[in-house]
Amino acid sequence: MAINYKPTRMEMSRLKKRLATASRGHKLMKDKRDETVRRFITFVRRNRELRERVEALMGEAMASFVIAKAAMSTAGVEEALLIPAASAKVEVESAKVLSVEVPKLTYVPSETRGLPYGVLGTSAELDAAVLKFAELMPLLIELAEVEKTCNLLADEIEKTRRRVNALEYVMIPQLETAIHAISMKLDENERGNLTRLMKTKDMLKAKEEG
Amino acid sequence: MADIAMIGDKDSVLLGRAAGIDVYFETEGQAAGKLIDRLARENTKIIFVTEKVFEAASETVNKYKSRAFPAIIPVPDSTGANGAAMANVKANVEKAIGADILF
Repeated sequence: MAINYKPTRMEMSRLKKRLATASRGHKLMKDKRDETVRRFITFVRRNRELRERVEALMGEAMASFVIAKAAMSTAGVEEALLIPAASAKVEVESAKVLSVEVPKLTYVPSETRGLPYGVLGTSAELDAAVLKFAELMPLLIELAEVEKTCNLLADEIEKTRRRVNALEYVMIPQLETAIHAISMKLDENERGNLTRLMKTKDMLKAKEEG
Repeated sequence: MADIAMIGDKDSVLLGRAAGIDVYFETEGQAAGKLIDRLARENTKIIFVTEKVFEAASETVNKYKSRAFPAIIPVPDSTGANGAAMANVKANVEKAIGADILF
């Protein structure tokens, strides 16, 4: 859809101002997009690495838990884990990556050190599983932080890219066409005026002489 | 209210309790979705879900994707990773860059 315009000088200078703003915005947006993508790539690499490690370690912890369950009765395992350890906490701050608000998480481990149950009546495998899992916690928190950051950045990149494209392929060409059309129209008026004046002058001259 | 919660089948999440995480036994998609909504209202910061729950409750999970909190993070369950979480990372890359050029 073309922009509606009146062929006047005022309108043209207004459109020119808009074009300048749009071009500037386009350049800024493009820079923002490139930088966000660069940061995103470092984050997503880290994300992948962390996820691979977490998946491997978690697999180990789960495997020892399965063995523990085999060594003890199900009821025994559930009883041992019935009373939860003191809550683990996460301290939350928010950081900004190119005006995208991302969470920054700091893990505050549970106050219960070691095992939250007595050693009597529980198997060593269960201890191993629980300790492994506890070791895994800081990694899990970091994974949470990085993965969330990646999610948010991906959203932002998509939005920025849309804006860049809208400016580049819609807004700027439309403004350029409108400005071009107005300047053509103004030139045409100018020529028309000039011809009219010359014609009038000729007519006046002919009248004087005749 | 704990800052960290974990949702999944009993075998997979019971361990979390020993590490001070609030655990919930839920594997059914809709119920898990409601549970996530509730936890989000109660200001839980991180919700770990097993990959199976992550897939089953994808509707709710997507709703919280663009918000800073809660962070809903898929983790492998007692049967190991099935690739859903990795697929999620890949989807992010595709969305941001347009093609999966990293993996």
